[in-house]
Amino acid sequence: MTITDKRDTYDVPLTAHRGFLANSAFTGLSTFAATLILVLLAAVATFLVTEAWPALTDGGAVLADKVEWIKPAAGESLIQIIGYLVFGTVLISGIALLIATPLSIGIALFISHYAPRRLAAGLGYLIDLLAAIPSVVYGLWGSIVLVPALQPFYQWLGSTFGWIPLFAPDPVTGVVSPTGRVALSAGIVLAIMIIPIVTAVTREVFLQTPKLHEEAALAMGATRWEMIRMAVFPFGRSGMIGATMLGLGRALGETMAVFMILSVGLSYSFNIIQSGEHNTIASYIAGQFPEANSYGVSALIAMGLALFIITLLVNILARWIVSRRSEFSGAN
Amino acid sequence: MTKRIDVNNLNVYYGGFLAVEDVSLAIEPNSVTALIGPSGCGKSTFLRTLNRMHEVIPGARVEGEVLMDGTNLYDSSVDPVAVRRHVGMVFQRPNPFPTMSIAENVMAGVKLNSGRMPKPESEELVEATLRGANLWDEVKDRLGEPGSSLSGGQQQRLCIARAIAIKPDVLLMDEPCSALDPISTLAIEDLIQDLKTNYTIVIVTHNMQQAARVSEKTGFFNIAGAGKPGKLIEMDDTTTIFSAPSEKATEDYISGRFG
Repeated sequence: MTITDKRDTYDVPLTAHRGFLANSAFTGLSTFAATLILVLLAAVATFLVTEAWPALTDGGAVLADKVEWIKPAAGESLIQIIGYLVFGTVLISGIALLIATPLSIGIALFISHYAPRRLAAGLGYLIDLLAAIPSVVYGLWGSIVLVPALQPFYQWLGSTFGWIPLFAPDPVTGVVSPTGRVALSAGIVLAIMIIPIVTAVTREVFLQTPKLHEEAALAMGATRWEMIRMAVFPFGRSGMIGATMLGLGRALGETMAVFMILSVGLSYSFNIIQSGEHNTIASYIAGQFPEANSYGVSALIAMGLALFIITLLVNILARWIVSRRSEFSGAN
Repeated sequence: MTKRIDVNNLNVYYGGFLAVEDVSLAIEPNSVTALIGPSGCGKSTFLRTLNRMHEVIPGARVEGEVLMDGTNLYDSSVDPVAVRRHVGMVFQRPNPFPTMSIAENVMAGVKLNSGRMPKPESEELVEATLRGANLWDEVKDRLGEPGSSLSGGQQQRLCIARAIAIKPDVLLMDEPCSALDPISTLAIEDLIQDLKTNYTIVIVTHNMQQAARVSEKTGFFNIAGAGKPGKLIEMDDTTTIFSAPSEKATEDYISGRFG
């Protein structure tokens, strides 16, 4: 039988067929998933506000009576504590970001544009592995190994650069923290923790740079670094910001590592090598939660609400930066 | 400032694979030389050896020499980055930098070479270059807009402007019209004729009519089969190649019998 013997057609009805069910099932599933995430976000926000409400509207009288760590007389009412904690959280995350971003971009560029292919693959795999280490392990390593090792360095910083307020030694004793459990240590450990995620994302972004643009730069006599500045960075700009914000998000919310490393205190001090000066929201909540009564829990949730708002603001800021020159982005 | 190129016994390898074998040819200054041939015959690879762009691919290397006014581009003392500042290139698909405006695209290469330029001077150069690329009248009112806002043909002329802004000696074009419509193609071909007075031009094209229209000399590349190296079959005056080629393969190709 040749193909011309008989007109070969499939008898397809014009009504709904087999694929219809799967198609509508998947439409439903993905719509459900998209709705669920919105509902969850709204539920978290509602939970935070309603649970924090008693503490926020208390005015200080009842809370100060029922919660031992709220001491309005000592300048530590709930709002004041939140102020200190927001400052500490932003300061330590800022240090982490300042250290991690240039390092991550450097590592990502090395993997995507400088290393020989085989080395790049191995290194990329290693970075992904680092991202999988739990934060408690970083906390342990930081407090047992890194912090003691950093202390002499802080000593040197204090004696050499003590005139910079950031590194000033104690005005009374004239020495820096003897334990090394300071904001800078927490920032460094957080930086190490967020380097893998920032590196992994920026590396992917750099690898996406269109060959066309790279070759355009090289063909007019750009060195590799000039090519990276002309083609790779502009193309990856929004991706780099996104990666940094992802890292910042992790640093802001990180609890365990900070809790294990930092010697805590409450102040607006910019001195990052003095212990007992700072604390972060997440670490403070973790410290107080186990002993807290219902009033205390409400106060802690108010702090959680503050962290939620910071993260939200960071994300809005990042989106605004990304969208500012979108017509010039690599996307069109 | 335009220069001649002499290629002697050039072999191009990708790792252990011989991609182009034993090419020798001469490219005259102030002329347009077209390279034609079927897909995969190594003509683009060969073109890229003229400004060492093939080295972007890891493992690529050459044997033999490419002389530009007597200087071997593959001499150990020659820096590939410097070669590319003398031998410009235009690619198959228009590739203006999307993050730069039209004017910034023109100045991109100039900035690399001579750093920042005083504003009036750079504005002058942008205008002169865009005029040189037959693009000025179409873009003079929107120099600040992104290069990607232009049509494909305009983008390609912008890329030519970007390449000639650094005043190269030689301009390489790798199928510059293959992504363009006939009207835009015509605009580019006219431009090539104008550019010939100042530059030595080598163009790779799939379009034989185009080769016949724009070039003085034509080289025909061919490949014996998959996995075999590409070779230069013959090179002669364009009129000779298209009327009385000396090789049978060339005649078969230009008369449309294969490729």
